Amino acid sequence: MSSDSDTTADLPEHGASVERVAGTGLPLPGDDVDTDQIVPARFLKAVTFDEMGEYAFYDARRDENGDFNDHPFNRPEYRGARILVVGDNFGCGSSREHAPQALLRWGIRGIVGVSFAEIFADNCSSLGVPTVTADRETVEELQSFVADNPDAGIEIDVRKERVVYDGREVEVGIDDSAQAALVDGQWDTATMMRANLDQVKQTAAQLPYVDSVDVDDLPDEDDQSTTNADTDDASTTNADTDDASTTGADTDGDGGSEE
Amino acid sequence: MSEGTLYDKVWERHKVADLPDGRDQLFVGLHLMHEVTSPQAFGMLRERDVEVAFPERTVATTDHIVPTEPAERERPLADEQAETMLSELERNVEAAGIEFFGLGDERQGITHVVAPEQGLTQPGMTVACGDSHTSTHGALGAIGVGIGTSQIRDVLSTGCIAAEKQDVRRIEVEGSLDEWVTAKDLILTIIRELGVDGGVGHVYEYGGPAVRELDIEGRLAVCNMSIEGGARAGYVQPDETTYEYLRGKPFAPEGEAFERHREEWEAIRSEPDAEYDDVVTIDADEMEPLVTWGTNPAQATGIHEPVPDPDDLPDGKREAAREAQAHTGATPGEPMAGTDVDVVFLGTCTNGRVSDFREAAAVIEGRQVDEDVRAVAVPGSETVRLRLEEEGVDEVFHEAGFEWREAGCSMCLAMNGDQLYGDELCVSASNRNYVGRQGSTEARTVLSSPATAAAAAVRGEIVDPREVVE
Repeated sequence: MSSDSDTTADLPEHGASVERVAGTGLPLPGDDVDTDQIVPARFLKAVTFDEMGEYAFYDARRDENGDFNDHPFNRPEYRGARILVVGDNFGCGSSREHAPQALLRWGIRGIVGVSFAEIFADNCSSLGVPTVTADRETVEELQSFVADNPDAGIEIDVRKERVVYDGREVEVGIDDSAQAALVDGQWDTATMMRANLDQVKQTAAQLPYVDSVDVDDLPDEDDQSTTNADTDDASTTNADTDDASTTGADTDGDGGSEE
Repeated sequence: MSEGTLYDKVWERHKVADLPDGRDQLFVGLHLMHEVTSPQAFGMLRERDVEVAFPERTVATTDHIVPTEPAERERPLADEQAETMLSELERNVEAAGIEFFGLGDERQGITHVVAPEQGLTQPGMTVACGDSHTSTHGALGAIGVGIGTSQIRDVLSTGCIAAEKQDVRRIEVEGSLDEWVTAKDLILTIIRELGVDGGVGHVYEYGGPAVRELDIEGRLAVCNMSIEGGARAGYVQPDETTYEYLRGKPFAPEGEAFERHREEWEAIRSEPDAEYDDVVTIDADEMEPLVTWGTNPAQATGIHEPVPDPDDLPDGKREAAREAQAHTGATPGEPMAGTDVDVVFLGTCTNGRVSDFREAAAVIEGRQVDEDVRAVAVPGSETVRLRLEEEGVDEVFHEAGFEWREAGCSMCLAMNGDQLYGDELCVSASNRNYVGRQGSTEARTVLSSPATAAAAAVRGEIVDPREVVE
């Protein structure tokens, strides 16, 4: 049971500014909710994320007979919720991006919590989902407000670092870089970093180990190339992996191993 | 902010650029890949028509979904989803020109077991993998971080991750571990002391006499579970133990190159006057074998100590402890010793290495697995398995009544059919005791060292390994 039939129609678009997310709320009490709870490992056996929304809290939402229990993700009053409100250290454990993907595809667009595990928060940022923090009292107050007013709108204002609900504005924290990335629409890090490919190659060339562990190189070849990047002229034409590198200097030290 | 630590130096060396959002673009020296978290990343590359930027810096293997029963490793795999995932990985690495240790390769195994033992992980490197236990590689003085699939896309397409520098906490472990008190007991103690979220925002530098005394496999176990304490990375300074471990490994430098690299490795050690954001001191002298009583790795206790009464715990921990005990059946005030055991599991990226199986073998040698216990030994890599078979250690397991398997993640997260059933209680040399982690939502996981798990196998109950061997 997804929260409604159209939860993936408005997935954040890469490079779009995420200044605010809004919708009704869903309170999920408890600390240290791990990503195995959010998506049990057996549902990771899929080569796409498309179906993940179906598996959000799959086991936690079912009783021993496999029937839906009264888990918040099952309750009709939270159907269509966009803002998840959680406790401390939410998303700890496994790095599986399936966890935020499942929440996103179920319908969640932003999360308010006491704190978040780092990898989980990073994964959310990669998907354009803001994770904002507040002290426990503030979070619990918001959770009980949502429980009493499941139809009330809640807004996370990423730019102003505020959660707005019930006519109030509550101050929340957000990691500076996550905020900048979301507000400026620069959370698509791959595109951003790919613009620096020449610098990447320069950095790599300075590393003492870059030639030594190339998996296709024999150890005695390493001896010559470790300190001597310009002996690798043969590989400068070897730039078929990307356009940015056609300007020359092959510094990734693959020494012609692509033959 | 820290200054002069290994972490600072490694960061500085790998920093490519300041990103507009304030994060740093960091070069990844070693990218490890497996079948479960990578297919979507390759899909993202195809969507953008981008090719892999540094295929020679990525090494792939298969671990999460592979069967460990020898007969079930024939292709195609019986589990169609597993077969699809494995085939997808094979196609992706083939097309990108990425080194792959597949099924049937003697180097296949769990990424975090394979990379160190092949000499791929070296001091001063940055290591990334779509797996939270990438912290493991810190044991060799590298900085290893777990990443999600979008970040795998980043590494594949740029050789980099966008990252924010963390604070460095020095964990000074004084004293010395007793015989049969292991690296696993040490890291469980650290997590118990500092909590499952104590390391959020931090990198852990493990040091002090008890850490220096650990061999590399012990250090791998410690660094592996940094993430269980909330620290995305943890490391130990490289030293003679590190260099001797690396010497002769397949992908380590050889001869004169080795000596040259060794100087570089020495140079990235934390300076004697390095500044840390935080220092915590732990005493190894009084430590005893630990077991978990709850549903997160910090809910642990000495094997003879009483399980805590939730009422005695601070506010934030009380309700979670109550729920955990309701799940595991642990009784407040009573020790875990004496608890009946249904399953014993040896293996994983935490404790699936040669020394872990030798440690367990020393406990079970000449003894029999209790008739009510199902005991499974799953080497962390095929290299580990073959080495143990050469040494004849597998015979000890066979004779005692253990199932002896081939390499994979297996029952740690139960993706491959190896799992717990019903409310079975498993003493597991793995890293996570979350509800449902081992494949049954009713089952109970007790984390312990390989020695303690082996002792439980022969006694059919939780017992101090020292009482079994003496």
